[in-house]
Amino acid sequence: MMKPVNNGEPLVSVDAKAANNIVNVVEETPHIVLKPYEGLSGAELEKYEEEFRKLVIACPAAAYRVDDNGNMNFEVAACLECGTCRVLCGETIIDTWRMPVPTAEGAGGINYLFG
Amino acid sequence: MAEIEFEVECEVAIVGAGLAGLAAAKTLVDNGVDPEGIFVIERGNQSGTKNVSGGRIYTHNMAKVFPNFEEEAPLQRKVVRERLSLMAADSTFSLDYTDEAFKKAGQESYTVLRGTFDAWMQEQVENLGVMIMPTFPAIDFVRDEAGKIIGVACASGEFDEDGSDIVTNIGAKVVIIADGANSLMLKKSGLDSKPAPKPEHMAVGAKEVIQLDEKTINDRFALNEGEGCAWMFAGDPSDGKFGGVALYTYQDTISIAMVAGIEAIAEGETPIYQMLENFKNRPDIKPLLAGGEIVEYSGHMVPEGGANMTPELVGDNVLVAGDAAGFCVNVGYTVRGMDFAIESGYLAGVAVAKALQAGDTSKAGLQSYVSAVNDSFIKKDMDVCKNFAPAVESSRVFTEYPGFIGQIFRGLYVIDGTPQIPIMKKVLPVVKQMGMFKTVKELLKLVKSL
Repeated sequence: MMKPVNNGEPLVSVDAKAANNIVNVVEETPHIVLKPYEGLSGAELEKYEEEFRKLVIACPAAAYRVDDNGNMNFEVAACLECGTCRVLCGETIIDTWRMPVPTAEGAGGINYLFG
Repeated sequence: MAEIEFEVECEVAIVGAGLAGLAAAKTLVDNGVDPEGIFVIERGNQSGTKNVSGGRIYTHNMAKVFPNFEEEAPLQRKVVRERLSLMAADSTFSLDYTDEAFKKAGQESYTVLRGTFDAWMQEQVENLGVMIMPTFPAIDFVRDEAGKIIGVACASGEFDEDGSDIVTNIGAKVVIIADGANSLMLKKSGLDSKPAPKPEHMAVGAKEVIQLDEKTINDRFALNEGEGCAWMFAGDPSDGKFGGVALYTYQDTISIAMVAGIEAIAEGETPIYQMLENFKNRPDIKPLLAGGEIVEYSGHMVPEGGANMTPELVGDNVLVAGDAAGFCVNVGYTVRGMDFAIESGYLAGVAVAKALQAGDTSKAGLQSYVSAVNDSFIKKDMDVCKNFAPAVESSRVFTEYPGFIGQIFRGLYVIDGTPQIPIMKKVLPVVKQMGMFKTVKELLKLVKSL
C-alpha cells in the first residue's frame, strides 16, 4: 500500500472547489490512460506506487486517486489538462496522454470561462 | 503511401488560438499575407477556453500588434500596486510599492482573464477574414514522402475499427506551433528531441478565481477605481521551494494561484491544492478572501526552464512560438509569459510572411525568426534570468530568511512589559545566527545572478 500523503491529515475537497467548472467529459475514450498495475508485485509494484504517489501530490485536479481498497485510479472527469502528469510520469506509468477529443457537444474536457 | 486527402489547403496553419497564435495571425495579415490563406486551429470551444494565466500582462509591445487594445480589449485593472511578502509559518514580512511610473505609456501592466481577453483577440483576427477552427485538437503533422511537414492532422472524435483516429487534414506551406505550455506538437515536429519538458524545467499552478464585488476589492486592497494590485507570496506557502502564491485583482474577482516546481512538489508530502488551501486559511490571508465564492478552479503548467529549455525554433516548414517554446520568465517578484507570447507571435508572423514572399519556407528560409528572437527582449531577458531560480533554490531566501526576518521584527514590535533592550542587541543575535558573512555572500550572489 502507498504511504499516506499530507502526513495522513485530511485533504480539502478539490471537487468542491471545481463545482462551478464546466467540463465535457469524454468517458468512452479517456485522454489519459495509465499502464496497468494488475499482475505487478514486489519491487515493480513498489516502483509503480512511487510514481503514482508523485501524481497524487502534484496533480492540481486531484485526478489521481487511491480508493479505500488501495486501487489506483485516474478520474477523467476531474482532469484540468495541465500536463503535469505527462511531464512527471509520461515515460513511466502513463501509457497515453492526448488532448480530449471533441464530441457532439463541442470541445472535449475543460472549458474555462475565466482562465 | 496512400494519397493524402486535405480538407483545406492554406498558406499558414497555426496550431493554437492563444496569444502567440493570434498575434502571429494578425501580423501575417499586417505583412501582406492573404487572410483567407491563414487557418488557426484551436482545440477549445473558442480562444481562451483552455488557457490559464497568473493574471497580468505587461503591455509594452501590444500596440504594435493590436493598436486599439487599450480602448477596446477587456483589460480588467491597471496594476499600480505591487506587493511582495516573505512568509514564515507564523509571521509575514511585506513590501508594498506604488509608483506613478506604472501608469506611464509603454510601462503599464493590466490584469486580464484569458476567457474574455483571448476571445476579444480572436474576434479581432476573425474580423480580418482569418478562419479560426474551434474544437479541432491537432494531433500530428501531415508529412510528404520525404518526411517534410505539409500540414496538420486534427482529431475528429471518430475512430476507425482498429481504434485509430479518423483525422481532418489541413494542408499548409508553413505550420506555426503555438499550442502552449503542454505542447504535444513540439515533440512531433522534431524541434525538440525530449518527449516532454523535464520536471525541473516546469512548474504547476493551481488557481482559484474568487468572486467579490468591485467596491470590496477596491477597499481591501486600497485601490482607486480601475486600479489593480499584484501580490506575490514566497516562503512558507511553497514549503520553502522556489515558487509561491500569486494574487491578482480583477474587476469583480480576484485570483490566487499556487505555483511550484513540478520536480520539487512531487518530492514533497503536501498536495499542491492542499498548499493553496493552507495558504487561504492563514489568519493573515483569510480576511482578504472572506465572503468570496470560487467561480472557477484551474490547473496549468508554467515553463520555467527559460533559456535552459529552449528547443530548436525553426525547421523545414515549421516554427514554434509562445509557451510551447518555453518563452517565460519567473523571478519571484515578477512573472512574464504573455508579453513573450505576443512578441514571439509577432516575430513569427513577420518571419513567415517574409519566407512566403521569398518562396522559401525551409529551415533556412525561416531563419530570420531565430535571429529576431535572439535580438529581442525574449532571449535577452531569459538569458539574464537564467541563473536566478537556481541561485534562489540554493540559498536560504525562501527557507530560513522569512523566519529570521520574523525574529527581528518581533523584537521591534512585540511589547510584553519586560524592559526593552537596545535594538542592536535584539538584531545582532539573529544576524549571528544567520551568519553575517554567509548572508552577505548569498545576497550578493542573488543580485549578481540577475
